Amino acid sequence: MAEDMMIGMGLLGGMLIGLGSAVLLIFSGRIAGISGILGGLLYKWDASASWRLPFILGIPAGVGLVSLTHHYTVNVEIEASTPILVIAGLLVGFGTRLGSGCTSGHGVCGLARLSQRSIVATGTFMVTAALTVFVMRHVAGG
Amino acid sequence: MSKRSPINLNPLVALVSGLLFGCGLTFSDMINPRRVLGFLDVAGTWDPTLAFVMGGALLVTLPAFYLVRKMKAPFCDIGFQLPTSKLVDARLVTGAAMFGLGWGLVGLCPGPALGALVTLQSDVLIFVVSMLVGMLAYKWWDRAVTKK
Repeated sequence: MAEDMMIGMGLLGGMLIGLGSAVLLIFSGRIAGISGILGGLLYKWDASASWRLPFILGIPAGVGLVSLTHHYTVNVEIEASTPILVIAGLLVGFGTRLGSGCTSGHGVCGLARLSQRSIVATGTFMVTAALTVFVMRHVAGG
Repeated sequence: MSKRSPINLNPLVALVSGLLFGCGLTFSDMINPRRVLGFLDVAGTWDPTLAFVMGGALLVTLPAFYLVRKMKAPFCDIGFQLPTSKLVDARLVTGAAMFGLGWGLVGLCPGPALGALVTLQSDVLIFVVSMLVGMLAYKWWDRAVTKK
């Protein structure tokens, strides 16, 4: 297993993500599904933008806040080439709308709601993503 | 319907929620695609961190959704807006598979991709713009097929 695996910080970070979902749910009555909230903003600029936009902007702001207050360098290590980035971005954008959710909506919220749709979706994208990495790293690449 | 706060607090609630997401993604290093791919690479040097992140999140959201079942309305709005569909169909599975394929290729899903924009890295920007185009493409495709 990876020597730099993070159990404590993983749990803490996960609990903060869960808390973010719980806050939106209990105070505003909405599912914190990032792809859904972003899609809504993109498709129709209406009154809902007054909460969709602060949610979306809050995510990079939160990342910036941690890196500033904790003197923490945010590492975003990407190995993919530009064509792969474009193809992957298109797939993630189209796929999350077709499948009505991503890791937050189906994963964090849907599993907690014990939604059958979300259990199927989360299982599907986890397995597909793991297969993709397997093919990229152990079959195609070397 | 009588319960309506004089001030609309939803924008503030949403900002706090987004900030918590950003902080959580940073502390857990889920913002880093290398970390995410380390989890997805089950045949390599496996990094279980993502499982702890998911577990930590569910530790909070499971009781939260349980609590919601006992609430009539959220604190700052007139009602809950929860998904009602129970249909496990081809759209759900195909969409999830497409998302998984894209996620596995780079290691970015929508939340971390938005969060990673603060680094101003061109590769993150290329991914996010492509993701937005993908979302728009879905809308065009959906309109075309549902018109028939």
